[in-house]
Amino acid sequence: MKKSSIVKQKFKTQREKDVLSHMISTSLKYKLWIAFLFLFIVFGMYGYYRQLRYGLIVTAMRDFTSWGIYISNFVFFVAISLVGSLFSSILKLNDNIWSKPLIRVSEIIAVSAIICAAVIIIVDMGRPDRFFYVITHLRIQSPIIWDVIIISTYLVISILLLFISILPDIAICRDRLTEIPKWKKRLYKIMAINWSNHPKQLAKLQKVTKVLAITILPVAFAIHTVTSWLFATTWRPGWDSTNLGPYFVSGAFMAGAAVIIISMYLIRKHLNLKPYITESHFDKMGKLLVLLSLVYLYFNINEYLGPAFKMVGVEGEHITELFVGNYAPMYWFVQLGGLIFPVILLMFRWFRKPIPIFIISVFVILGAWFKRYLIVIPSMQHPYLPIQGVDESYLHYNPTWEEWSITFASFAWLLLIITVLIKLFPVIPLQEDELDLENSVEPNSLKNEN
Amino acid sequence: MESKNSMSDSRRQFLKKISTGSVLAVTGLGIYAVSSCKQTSEEKTTLLTPEGKLVQVSNSEIQEFEHKNHISPNESRKGIPGKKFVMVVDLAKCKNARKCVKVCDKHHNLTPDRPYIKVLKMQDNEKSSPYWMPKKCFQCDNPPCVKVCPVGATYKRSDGIVLIDNERCIGCRFCMAACPYSARIFNWGTPPNVDKEAEYSPETSVPSKIGTVGKCDFCPDMLRNNELPHCITACPNGVIYFGDEIDDTVSNGEETVRLSTLLKDKAGYRYLEELGTKPRVYYLPPVDRLFPFDKTNQENSEP
Repeated sequence: MKKSSIVKQKFKTQREKDVLSHMISTSLKYKLWIAFLFLFIVFGMYGYYRQLRYGLIVTAMRDFTSWGIYISNFVFFVAISLVGSLFSSILKLNDNIWSKPLIRVSEIIAVSAIICAAVIIIVDMGRPDRFFYVITHLRIQSPIIWDVIIISTYLVISILLLFISILPDIAICRDRLTEIPKWKKRLYKIMAINWSNHPKQLAKLQKVTKVLAITILPVAFAIHTVTSWLFATTWRPGWDSTNLGPYFVSGAFMAGAAVIIISMYLIRKHLNLKPYITESHFDKMGKLLVLLSLVYLYFNINEYLGPAFKMVGVEGEHITELFVGNYAPMYWFVQLGGLIFPVILLMFRWFRKPIPIFIISVFVILGAWFKRYLIVIPSMQHPYLPIQGVDESYLHYNPTWEEWSITFASFAWLLLIITVLIKLFPVIPLQEDELDLENSVEPNSLKNEN
Repeated sequence: MESKNSMSDSRRQFLKKISTGSVLAVTGLGIYAVSSCKQTSEEKTTLLTPEGKLVQVSNSEIQEFEHKNHISPNESRKGIPGKKFVMVVDLAKCKNARKCVKVCDKHHNLTPDRPYIKVLKMQDNEKSSPYWMPKKCFQCDNPPCVKVCPVGATYKRSDGIVLIDNERCIGCRFCMAACPYSARIFNWGTPPNVDKEAEYSPETSVPSKIGTVGKCDFCPDMLRNNELPHCITACPNGVIYFGDEIDDTVSNGEETVRLSTLLKDKAGYRYLEELGTKPRVYYLPPVDRLFPFDKTNQENSEP
């Protein structure tokens, strides 16, 4: 079935064939991957079922550590989602041609991550049945409400950016893909909204893209700054800081760049897109990651040096706990393995080749996830008043299997949404020049490098 | 396991009896109708003590312990007119007798591992002597918890009290992160021994609900009847004074004094004043103590 459809399907250009063929045929590898993801999702749903039934008591959170890995995972997802704006706004407005094939994948990751962030925050609620109270009883002075507003705004703009970037290609799918099931034909037809590549349409599209690319920039900065305010508006040690906004935003861009490198590597390998995602892309992404990491390093030093120098009260206890206490192994893994070493290694050309940079990016992502664990949990364990007169279990926080299963399920969700979107829509632009007709030379020169 | 079940069943029955009483009280038949359980003095009821022990109590000894007037969540947002409640804790008198904790646990149906009131062992520096510090919700005038609540489930009333509406709370726990005094507890699981038929009121904080936040509420149900909160009357040493800032009087159940005089003479202060939360709970420093700091009492702080 699958081979015959590939044979029957006729492509106009080699590029079309390379980009579209995986959308027509479904390999066993793909099915196994989906099944693997579903395994995690089902397991996580069982964990969540238990949480709904017995309450948050199934987690390791208690009265002092009242926020756990759900919240740190939420911050992580919000951080990842910022990468969409990096490509479709910052790099695009600066006329970077090399980054154009990555716009779609970055927007796909942004949309998926922001959906997962919204889901995980509902998982953290003690009363998910009252979710709509956030709308019906909202009080605007709560930073949570600001976060809800800004996250939904960012989601809408990200979906629009993703949609307009693939719109011309959806029309191509509608016109050229003959060997696909009926529902897919109908989907492309509806989504193409009568797109005909008319110059007038193109001009309008270009205009809309530009407006959105400019609009998303402040929204993207706001989304993670407001998330940092969930912490910065309290008196907890480690959170009570004016540095938290830029610290979060810079960390998010670093994590986002690493996520793009990982997905570039996987897409290129599994979808046979080597001519389009070239070694030069990895090299450039490596340099970009170094730059973003250095900015993050700067805010990191700012975040810790002052409190560590003064060592005031609970703030000092918190610093001690991170630097030499219970959290020291995790803290130094995050700072060295997830920040310092990647910066040093990526300064050398050899480490910016696909495989080394892929491995380094995995470390950066692991560091980014555990960094958010370190931002949320140790702060909660150092209140102003000593923790006394409560049950033993209230003093520690070791996430339970229910929490881990839900967390892994959220990652599986993220990967599933990304996989499905990549399966349905061309991840690399079908037209080399895409929207900017004047830059049609550059992609060819990239191709030649490989 | 079996015995545990039957124990909680009888407890539930006991609470049910009481709740019927409260309905009668509301309908104007008088609260003393509840003492009907006193008539069958031969019968015994199994009860769970705050220490987690099972005890048999003759029904004649069971005192009615009900919250008197039912105030709905909406009414409870207003506050008692013309009042500004205030509390003063005299650290010189506390010996960690823990009677306030026990009576509060009983009144609010709490388990000993997560009480509203905590008696903390404090030591300001290495040289200074340790002291006991009873700590409740400070009912701040600039409450961080109220500011961060996304749905208005926790609110500041005209009488100074900060309450929580468990029927509004979405369980985001932002207020717990925001409170610098760790005053709030969360109902992580189903609260034990809940009387499901009792009507909920934010003024009594019972029956508490799963997935929502709770804290010391200054017992507004007692205040409405011009009675002192339970922790004040239960204290054997008169540590805690309670009263009205407008009247400028506070009482510990034994003596009634001028608030301003008490704070002036004994150098009253508020804990962590520099945070700007403006607590309604004052402390008197632990000078000229009534009791030496007793280490044997120390175990009491760890249940």
